[in-house]
Amino acid sequence: MSDSPKFDDVFAPLRKAFPDVKFEQVLDSKQDVAHVPTEDYLPFVAAARTAGFDVFVDLCGVDYLRRAPRFEVVLNLLSHEHRRRLRIRLGVSGTEPVVPSITPVFPGANFYEREAFDLFGIIFEGHPDLTRVVLPDDWEGHPLRKDYSVGSVPVRFKESPKAQ
Amino acid sequence: MAHRSGPSGFLLTTYDNAINWTRTRSMWTATFGLACCAIEMMATGAAHNDLARFGMEVFRASPRQADLMIVAGRVSQKMAPVLRQVYDQMSEPKWVISMGACASTGGMFNNYALVQGVDEVVPVDVYVPGCPPGPQSLMHGILTLQDKVMSGEITR
Amino acid sequence: MSDTPNVVTGDSEAPTTEAPVAPESTASQTADRKRQVHDMWVAGTEEPAWMRSYTNEGAQEMLDADDEHLLGLTGGTVAGDDVADDELQILNMGPQHPSTHGVLRLHLELDGETIRRVKPIIGYLHTGMEKTAETLTYMQGSTNVTRMDYLSPLHMELAFSLAVESLLGVEIPERGQAIRVLLTELNRVSSHLVWAATQGTDLGAVSMMIFGFRDREYILQFFEKVTGLRMNHNFIRPGGVAADLPDGWEEDIEVILDKVPQGVSEYEELFNGNPIFRDRTMGVGVITPEECKAMGVSGPMARASGINWDLRKAFPYSGIDQYEFDVPLGTHGDVWDRYLVRMEEIKQSLGIVKQVLETMPSGDYRTTDRKVTPPPRKRIDESMEALIHHFKLFTSGFKVPAGETYCAVESPRGELGMYIVSDGREKPWRMHARTPSFNHVQALPTMMTDSLVADIVATIASADPVLGDVDR
Repeated sequence: MSDSPKFDDVFAPLRKAFPDVKFEQVLDSKQDVAHVPTEDYLPFVAAARTAGFDVFVDLCGVDYLRRAPRFEVVLNLLSHEHRRRLRIRLGVSGTEPVVPSITPVFPGANFYEREAFDLFGIIFEGHPDLTRVVLPDDWEGHPLRKDYSVGSVPVRFKESPKAQ
Repeated sequence: MAHRSGPSGFLLTTYDNAINWTRTRSMWTATFGLACCAIEMMATGAAHNDLARFGMEVFRASPRQADLMIVAGRVSQKMAPVLRQVYDQMSEPKWVISMGACASTGGMFNNYALVQGVDEVVPVDVYVPGCPPGPQSLMHGILTLQDKVMSGEITR
Repeated sequence: MSDTPNVVTGDSEAPTTEAPVAPESTASQTADRKRQVHDMWVAGTEEPAWMRSYTNEGAQEMLDADDEHLLGLTGGTVAGDDVADDELQILNMGPQHPSTHGVLRLHLELDGETIRRVKPIIGYLHTGMEKTAETLTYMQGSTNVTRMDYLSPLHMELAFSLAVESLLGVEIPERGQAIRVLLTELNRVSSHLVWAATQGTDLGAVSMMIFGFRDREYILQFFEKVTGLRMNHNFIRPGGVAADLPDGWEEDIEVILDKVPQGVSEYEELFNGNPIFRDRTMGVGVITPEECKAMGVSGPMARASGINWDLRKAFPYSGIDQYEFDVPLGTHGDVWDRYLVRMEEIKQSLGIVKQVLETMPSGDYRTTDRKVTPPPRKRIDESMEALIHHFKLFTSGFKVPAGETYCAVESPRGELGMYIVSDGREKPWRMHARTPSFNHVQALPTMMTDSLVADIVATIASADPVLGDVDR
């Protein structure tokens, strides 16, 4: 990536417009991460899209359990023109996990937000159809939370002396 | 051999044998390929390992027209009622082969999302282990089922 | 990019009068049927009554078609105002269906033969792999991850390994990288052959299924020789690959390089001039580049729409930038262009395989960092330390420094990424796979709305979804 634009050039307008957002570079400066507070989330995503990060890549939830805020929504964007990725991390409280939905900006986040709701219980406000997507509709609980057990059953070795 | 006693035992035995023979020689499979095992099932039906030599190249999409269901792949909790419904729609006599580790016992995914063994939902006749079972294993399983049907062990 | 004759009947603009309300789905009132979700009921006990009577599990009803904004977001148009309420028909396709490439369920709202709304319903193959990943060590992680996209398992393993290695900070020796490139490019060819087989079969050319799988057999037999398995290999692991290439692998590759291009040129001859195939694929299932970017559609689908983006060129990994290859692009973004792009990609991948064959470096196939890779087998007999190392690595695993990372590879379907959060221990704290088919299934409404029912199958086949990828 020797010819990709420098960190400051690409992110300078965003840093100026959003002083509360903390940018960092991890893993030997190879990956760019922005920690965004909830009130700046939707405007920041819209601004990032205008700044060139117009490809929606990924949105997922993480449960940090013993950290406050408990959950995190991680959004991955990509810019073809700058040849860079941007990872946006948004802390979500465990007691009231409500965040704005970015489907007006990136329609591709639709299923991803539903999956984060399904598996973590994070509510996305403004989502057109926030229902369960990978689990049955009447499932209780949010499996990917750390306090939900993996649900394994003890292995039963069936006696089968002769075929039935 | 079918165990039937009675004066007409001899005639029925031959008749049973003939019926069983016809049942095994052209079993129609209902497509129930779910995951990786489905690809191996397709490969078994393809040219290199040919299921057509056993009369089984016909995979009918509609369960009403099928008599064998090969459950190929992992059955999730959401899919279990669908599996049952498709099984119920098949008419007797019908058989089920549980193909692969996930269908037989839940495989390596011992968690909340999968039915731990498809025999919790439908009765299974032959289990084919493997992850995924190669075409030769699947064919061995199919031939085992054909042997079972021929010998009359499954009388339904 | 709308110079394609998309099939539109009537006017597709939103009407000024009230839109018809979608009829309510019958089985969605299941509130009183509470299922014990933590109970793994034992075979032999009575089966719950709901099991037999359940006809419409996971009913995910169509939204009311009142809100135009919502309609736009979920991809749909409303029928013209000359259609009465009861003329809109809801059709359910799947989950058990021969042409949906697995257990995909489509909820279609039809106006005659025209599709007004499509709602893909997924989750029928949800395996809880991301939860299982938290219980497996990093060395065991590839077994889990490889079964997500089961048509390109080596790509999944590579994405996982790259992510773990970026957290570990280890370098893979050149031979290991070349072996990875060899295997993943062969996997691309085998995956595209399955795509070609299913695309042909779904459009009626049933013998294509046999042809595609016939050529795939050469590659699968090579994989079995090298990795031990035909599918779901668990071969590319963090630290390198599991074993070296066997003797005589060059001859096997030469057989593949001989037979597969012959097959591919046969199929092109059969399809390219075929008027039926052209009619059924040109102008069908169109997606524009802007829609691709907004929905996150990547891979051959995006390239067929004209977006010049291939992760192997943009963010090269595993030494792939030392090989020369072209990236085919389409213009219209329809099924025909995707077909052309994928056929060309097969040839380009075989070109890469040939270059790897000619330039395969010698050396180690995995990193020598003993904290990550087990010692060679014969050392175990000689040295106590090697034995202990081997034991610790295979039982409790190696620790990965705390942090988070996202690494992506170019799988046959598109951008395949792995997001791993590590807390410094031997098992990942969170592993999330960004799978391309999830986006493609989500983009199906964009491609299928206002087209005919008969085009559904062509569109799904060209999107090449793998439901293990979608549901994980």
